Amino acid sequence: MSSYHLDHLQHLETEAIHIMREVAGEFERPALLFSGGKDSICLLRLAEKAFRPSDLPMPLLNVDTGHHFPELNEFRDRRAQELGGKLIVRTVEEAIAKGIAQPAPGEISRNRLQIPTLLAAIEEFRFDCCIGGARRDEEKARAKERFFSFRDSFGQWDPKNQRPEIWNLYNGRLNQGENMRVFPISNWTEMDVWEYIQREQLEVPSIYFSHKRQCVRRGGQWLPVNALVPPKAHEEVRELVVRVRTIGDIISTGCVESPATTTADIIAEIAAARVTERGSRADDKSSEAAMEDRKKAGYF
Amino acid sequence: MSLSALSTTTPVPVDILRFNTCGSVDDGKSTLIGRLLYDSKSLMEDQIEALERSADITGGGQINLANLTDGLRAEREQGITIDVAYRYFATPRRKFIIADTPGHVQYTRNMVTGASSANLSIVLVDARLGVIEQSRRHTAIAALLRIPHLVVAVNKMDLVGWSEARFQEIRAQFEEFLPRLDIKDVKFIPMSALNGDNVVDASVHTPWYGGPTLLNHLETVHIASDWNLNGFRLPVQWVNRPNNPTDQTLHDFRGFSGQIAGGIVRTGQKIIAFPAGIVTTVKQIWTYDGPVQEAFCPQSVTLVLEHDIDISRGSMLVGLDHLPGSTTELQAEVCWMHARALQPGRKYFLKHTTHTVQVVVTEIVNKLNLDTLEAELAPAELGVNDIGEIRLRAAKPLVFDGYASNRLTGSFILIEQGTNATVAAGMLRPPREIVKPENGDYVI
Repeated sequence: MSSYHLDHLQHLETEAIHIMREVAGEFERPALLFSGGKDSICLLRLAEKAFRPSDLPMPLLNVDTGHHFPELNEFRDRRAQELGGKLIVRTVEEAIAKGIAQPAPGEISRNRLQIPTLLAAIEEFRFDCCIGGARRDEEKARAKERFFSFRDSFGQWDPKNQRPEIWNLYNGRLNQGENMRVFPISNWTEMDVWEYIQREQLEVPSIYFSHKRQCVRRGGQWLPVNALVPPKAHEEVRELVVRVRTIGDIISTGCVESPATTTADIIAEIAAARVTERGSRADDKSSEAAMEDRKKAGYF
Repeated sequence: MSLSALSTTTPVPVDILRFNTCGSVDDGKSTLIGRLLYDSKSLMEDQIEALERSADITGGGQINLANLTDGLRAEREQGITIDVAYRYFATPRRKFIIADTPGHVQYTRNMVTGASSANLSIVLVDARLGVIEQSRRHTAIAALLRIPHLVVAVNKMDLVGWSEARFQEIRAQFEEFLPRLDIKDVKFIPMSALNGDNVVDASVHTPWYGGPTLLNHLETVHIASDWNLNGFRLPVQWVNRPNNPTDQTLHDFRGFSGQIAGGIVRTGQKIIAFPAGIVTTVKQIWTYDGPVQEAFCPQSVTLVLEHDIDISRGSMLVGLDHLPGSTTELQAEVCWMHARALQPGRKYFLKHTTHTVQVVVTEIVNKLNLDTLEAELAPAELGVNDIGEIRLRAAKPLVFDGYASNRLTGSFILIEQGTNATVAAGMLRPPREIVKPENGDYVI
């Protein structure tokens, strides 16, 4: 092996930096979707690597469902401030109040309502491109997504009519009202993300690490007990030592029992894991095509 | 090597192999990928559970490995793969990125998408059918894209009684047309993806076959020299100029950010900045992790130069050895990907590295007949999925290399004006002339 050799993380990193800079070069008003979750934490470091010593040439955008873990929002705000980045937060609550998003009768999950909230934010700030931290290994519909994912003027994804993506030549041209979603870490796996977090010594929200939490068993997973997820009459509340593997809303994110207190522990745990990270997300289990349907409607 | 322990032992893999699979409908591509993932223990319980759930409903209890990759509902309903799907798995030796590309004739553009950055292509052949038009087409595309390694997976060997004679017959069919294509490394493997023979584990049915299993080959094929380290090229993506920096030393910082598309660059080295054509010196190679003395393809860096030259996105910084061509008259092989045919006289946007220019197609030189692999001269047009050679004239000169010597500085896409559709993938012929600094065009 010659000394002019990149290991797999360095390969993934340079691919992602190249994509970030293509966005800065080709779009007039890009935004970077930053939730405070592990994938978008990697995105922020990649943005620093792509654009420093300059300021990040794009604001950070988050759609707050109102059902976020409080630890996540605290981390999101602090990290944005540390980076000197401009953080824009738009809430589902606000979108409902303005009539932008309409909850269905009895609909508790805010998952679907994120879509009109995001599309309204894109319109408000006239963003022509949103960089997201989606990965192809997460889910079957994601596996078919391009790096540069074209959305029509309704924000829709048409999986049958995607632009061919050849070599590293991305076609970012848009007409008025159209939009691009760009996913620089498409080729990263859950393991790559954690190995990168370890190599770069990135801070992550505390809920990724082992902590004590009141949980109930529901739908084959441990859900955290809180005001939105009160235990039902027949359910036994147990205090467990858990962590979250993927962060969605507080009402649909399953906790896994885990003693992992460091990034190295998490890497060892993933290596031995027998279920995928999305196996702990109730929102993807609702039907086999759940993600496909949400993406077509304009989901991240 | 024992694979049973793979999922629980994970030293950091040393490198990445990108490969794509291509074959016709029902050649068993998706089954093969499913088998690779399943037998290498890369599947998780919830994925297997989801497979079993759909097997109970639609498959009469039989697990269908193809369901792992046929992700979209539209595909499951029609039982086909309609777009490139990417899969990931790792063994202790390597990390793998699979592009699963469909075999339908109308989806050739997806194969080009999946294969363009691959180190290796797997062409699947149904042992009962032997070489068909699709096999030749896929092999020709792999050759055209200059994918360094090819595997011919002769699948469904169980259905021809594991006949060595049949395997050799198919091999001979391939070897009849392979010499007309420029592929250096070809490996033939007899297998049954459905039953797992020679995919991960060696088959007991092929004592006459002495070669590696598919996974074994994927783990060991030599890919270290797949990147170009001759002739420094840096297409500038973005000019890095801090606004009102608090750090006083950054007041005059002006860096040129990009991914090195060829060769090696060192601090103190002389380079030429195109299109200005001016020679200058690399003052600093800036990275987030601190300045470095040298950097190489495909690293992403920011260069600070000695002189203040007009450089912007689309400029190309090149080393003084192995100079590129710089011209407006171009010749290239293209794969046409759009229903609206290419005709001489049409104008398009051409994106080459980070540079987008207007071009006009001046001539269609020929069209490749994928059955005979012969060129048909001066066709009236190139239709969707046609491959042919064209001449173009660009509004501004392109600084480029032949695709054969550099995949990154020798490739382009064509974009239709108005719809913004990506309509073609192009591979440039080597420049007729390279730029000559001694002409006195260059000032220091």
